[in-house]
Amino acid sequence: MADEKKIGAYICTGCGIGDRLDAKQLEMTAQRDGKAQVVKTHEFLCSADGVKTIQDDIDNDGVNRVVICACSRRAKTDAFAFDGVTLSRANLREGVIWVRPDSDEAQETTQEMADDYVRMACAEAKYLDVPEPNENHGNNLRILVVGGGITGMTAALESARAGYDVLLVEKGPELGGWMRKLHKRIPDRAPFDEPMDTGIDDLVAAIEASDKITVALNSRIARTSGAPGQFSVDIATESGSTTTENVGAIIQATGFKLHDPAAFPEFGYGNADVITSAELEELASAADGGPIKRPSDGKEVKAVAFIQDVGQNSTEVGKLRYDSGAGDLVAIKQAMYFKHHNGDDCDTTIIYDNLRTPGTAGEDFYRSGQRKEVIFTKGAVSKVDAAGDTLKVSFHDKILDEDTEMEADLVVLDMGMIPVTGPDPYATLEIDTDDDEAEVVEEEEKEDGVEAENPVEVSVESILNLDYRQGTDLPQLKFGFLDSHFICFPYETRRTGIYAAGPVRRPMDIGQAIDDATGAALKAIQAAENAQVGRAAHPRSGDLSFPTFRKEGCTQCKRCTVECPFGAIDEDEEGYPQYNEGRCRRCGTCMGACPVRVISFKNYSVETIGQQLKAVDIPDEFDEKPRLMVLACENDAYPALDMAAMNRIEYSAFVRVIPVRCLGSVNTIWITDALNSGYDGIILMGCKKGDDYQCHFVKGSEIAHMRMSKIDDTLNQLNLEKERVATYEVEITDIERAPKLINDMAATIEEIGMSPFKF
Amino acid sequence: MTDVVATNQTILVVGGGISGMTAAIESAECGKDVILVERNPSLGGRVSQLYRYFPKLCKPSCGQEINQRRIMAHPRVRVLTMTEVDKIEGEAGNYSVTLKTAPRYVNEKCTACGDCAEAISAEVDDPHNFNMKKHKAAYLPTNMAAPQRYVLDPSIIGTEDAEKARAACKYDAIDLDMQEESLSLNVGAVIWATGFKPYDAAKIQPYGYDRFDNVVTNMEFERMMDPFGPTGGKLLRPSDGKEAKKIAFIQCAGSRDRNHLKHCSRFCCMASLKQTTYLTEAYGDDDDASATIYYIDIRAIDRFEDFYQKVKDDKKVSFIKSKVANITQDRESKNPILHGVNTEGYHRYDDEYDLVVLAVGMDPEVKADEIGCKVAANTSGFIDAHADDAGCGIFGAGCATDALDVNRAVQNSTAASLKAIQVINKTAGAEA
Repeated sequence: MADEKKIGAYICTGCGIGDRLDAKQLEMTAQRDGKAQVVKTHEFLCSADGVKTIQDDIDNDGVNRVVICACSRRAKTDAFAFDGVTLSRANLREGVIWVRPDSDEAQETTQEMADDYVRMACAEAKYLDVPEPNENHGNNLRILVVGGGITGMTAALESARAGYDVLLVEKGPELGGWMRKLHKRIPDRAPFDEPMDTGIDDLVAAIEASDKITVALNSRIARTSGAPGQFSVDIATESGSTTTENVGAIIQATGFKLHDPAAFPEFGYGNADVITSAELEELASAADGGPIKRPSDGKEVKAVAFIQDVGQNSTEVGKLRYDSGAGDLVAIKQAMYFKHHNGDDCDTTIIYDNLRTPGTAGEDFYRSGQRKEVIFTKGAVSKVDAAGDTLKVSFHDKILDEDTEMEADLVVLDMGMIPVTGPDPYATLEIDTDDDEAEVVEEEEKEDGVEAENPVEVSVESILNLDYRQGTDLPQLKFGFLDSHFICFPYETRRTGIYAAGPVRRPMDIGQAIDDATGAALKAIQAAENAQVGRAAHPRSGDLSFPTFRKEGCTQCKRCTVECPFGAIDEDEEGYPQYNEGRCRRCGTCMGACPVRVISFKNYSVETIGQQLKAVDIPDEFDEKPRLMVLACENDAYPALDMAAMNRIEYSAFVRVIPVRCLGSVNTIWITDALNSGYDGIILMGCKKGDDYQCHFVKGSEIAHMRMSKIDDTLNQLNLEKERVATYEVEITDIERAPKLINDMAATIEEIGMSPFKF
Repeated sequence: MTDVVATNQTILVVGGGISGMTAAIESAECGKDVILVERNPSLGGRVSQLYRYFPKLCKPSCGQEINQRRIMAHPRVRVLTMTEVDKIEGEAGNYSVTLKTAPRYVNEKCTACGDCAEAISAEVDDPHNFNMKKHKAAYLPTNMAAPQRYVLDPSIIGTEDAEKARAACKYDAIDLDMQEESLSLNVGAVIWATGFKPYDAAKIQPYGYDRFDNVVTNMEFERMMDPFGPTGGKLLRPSDGKEAKKIAFIQCAGSRDRNHLKHCSRFCCMASLKQTTYLTEAYGDDDDASATIYYIDIRAIDRFEDFYQKVKDDKKVSFIKSKVANITQDRESKNPILHGVNTEGYHRYDDEYDLVVLAVGMDPEVKADEIGCKVAANTSGFIDAHADDAGCGIFGAGCATDALDVNRAVQNSTAASLKAIQVINKTAGAEA
């Protein structure tokens, strides 16, 4: 038997609340309608004395459902933080007095607004519970790194240096990746003027010497299941043996492959003296300090042309729409190989369109190349031909604006980077199916109105083999990279506890890959540490709640397992959802999806919101006081309304705003209930959807828009106008627009009239 | 401030911009104690002055809201605003730090009700808006201010306005006797995230930033788009308040230039490409609106190329490969006129515009060699993270280490957080 709930409602009269509102009336509302057992008014609630009043009631009077009737939930968060109790906030300052005119005629509706917010906060309090950490959490803090190139090795070493055990899995017979093939690398420290040693042998030695790192070579991941803190991973070796390992978090550092130079015959690849920049590294190493010789006849190279961005930065079919980011620095480095080994008189020409040598390091290195008389030519190469003993490079010189050509002993092609990933679980485009091993992944069912995974033919081998309901590998962003969609949060991942790092995430050079690997190691460690105490990962970091469902009511419809933006929910043999709490990000999309409303969180449920909207006093139709409900995303729309209040931008007194974790958590029952109980208009405010989505729970806003597109049926059944429900994308900076949307709805209601469903 | 507790298990993060906020909260969410110091009265840093981010064109305050909520709610992070590092000594695992906190004249009792601002009339320049706007001398730094607490400008202390502000406060939150405070702490590791300042455009003499009203910087242009900025969200040119429709962007204003910043500032190409979209936002399909970008190389790096292609397809936008030689001004119209040579074909130009935006680059806010404790500087004064000094427990993060875009600054700061944690864990291990 749970402890008895005891609501304490605390009304602040500071900041003008007491001047503008009848506090006695609010007290009565809290007592009578809110059923608060303790009701107190304080003139300065966030003061030490006010906070102490509340804490004393918690300690001595058994108050465990605290209702603060004062400022916004975004204000004074440090003062109003109490352990072991739930907290509800009635927003009387930003939500009422700051958005209403201080006039006699406005007084009545302003007071009604405040009374409703008190009722709503008490109603919420009644249904809130204090979350307790999930007991089903893992304690494993070991980090699995997949891929033994520079990114993977760095991630392993940096994790180990922080004291964490690491399992490093590499599919090949040795560590090193591309780095091992390099002759030298681009300098990473001042004065950034000469290529530097890769240091690969030291790095491998450091890994081998570490007692925290276990290396599995010739190995792949055959299966991954579980959640942060308790992943179970089958490691299959080439010899056929499989071992099962337990890890707490995963870093995927599977790197890149080069775009195929043979796909661009105009550049003459196939001629022995036309090579990729990767092949030049081997040639330079093979020269062993002597002059670099061309492959065809071993003649010492006296003139070399570097063609930049081959098959890159183009929307043409078969070309990459991006560039490798590092190609120009690589060309400068390689031109220096020739200056060093083949003599100052060796001609080195880099033909580029936009030279990309960013930052301090890039520009210093570029200048160093200029000092060494590397020639930089802005041009577009059309053709490379064999011309007797040499190669002829034809190009349009963009500075002289003329077609011209040059001769070279060797031509080096800068090829783009293609990430080495598994199949995208959400791929909707058909991809190359020539491969015999192509397997067809069929989605068993497609939910109505949900952008379910279309049947997709996959010719890519899985890397992680995730045993997840939503696919075997990490979802991809643009161009197949496993990048985060968020500028502020580059390590945001859609599979909690699994982080991509290095060129598989985004094209990058060694320096950036080292940074990236270190950052990913931090996030992996953090995910494992958080899992250990049952805390949510970003963006609701620290949240201890998690979703549970009532099995008796569940109809096995699978909407929750399909719609979860993080692939957190699997299904058991009977089709019931299986929650993996450690993978959950607490957005509530599953709760919004559930048609039978059996999914809830202790501190967020169909009731905590549903009871708020029911608590609002709906005046009689003939009172001409409509009621509008706004369900606002707590991260963007709600702050926008708060900031509107800070700037004293007024909006309708008929609106009641309820913050939600994400529009994805909005269950249509709330809309139906609201319409049935006489609300005149309903507005949903969520984040931007689509390709450039801004929803931090990925699909929440998109899903909400789809669900709402079907609310018209409900409106039809009730014989209500469709204008009564509107869904908008609202940015946090829509400080003027968000109030306007409310006022527009109020005007619309005035036009179409009150809802007939007021009882 | 006697309640600030720090030990050699604490990480000090210097700078409360996006890099410092990231380093602080990522460390705290790994279970580490963090003290985050910020010189300004509010967290947010440079990104809070931006209108949109490239390439998604989303709003910086969206991520700022998440970061600030995480930081303010986290019991392991202690935020000290208006605070700078005065002195730092010691070695990895054991630093003595002296912090200096400027008087805010408003204490923690402030409810941000705004009565103090209401009560006074004095106005001062608003640095958040690059002084293009004034605000009351009792002010909340921005709509997004964290902590949400007012500040009194020191210029009114001792005046009648200060007394009025104090008298208006019902909560005893204004303390006119506040003095600068000094605080000495012991910390285990330091993350240095002091970011960048825009290069001083007035130093680029031929471009006449200090002489011509209608030559502005890229950062000022960002402020103009903000509905709460100096021009109310409209692209109004400073000389006459008319809408600027024909706009030139000059790339590498100060960057890649031996006389100014030797380095490439990396973000400015993408920033200008982004800013061309502001014209569409402001003027829709108006044929009179145009943007011309004068550039050396368009550095839309790796997958940003996609964004560059999109801008190239916009018929309002044109590109001229040229380092602009100088700017003059039409005396009558105050229109700036750009002079130079288009290097693609060597054509001379004398092009007249309503407004010129200088894409000024990044200068480190604090030069690395001024930090002390053997922190090494690279050739542009940023922190050289790879200099041979393995024992150092001071780690650069974000734009203190190089000219970076937001995404890379956060990546770099996340890495710095792990570097600091390694020092802390090593110290803890040694003591265990």
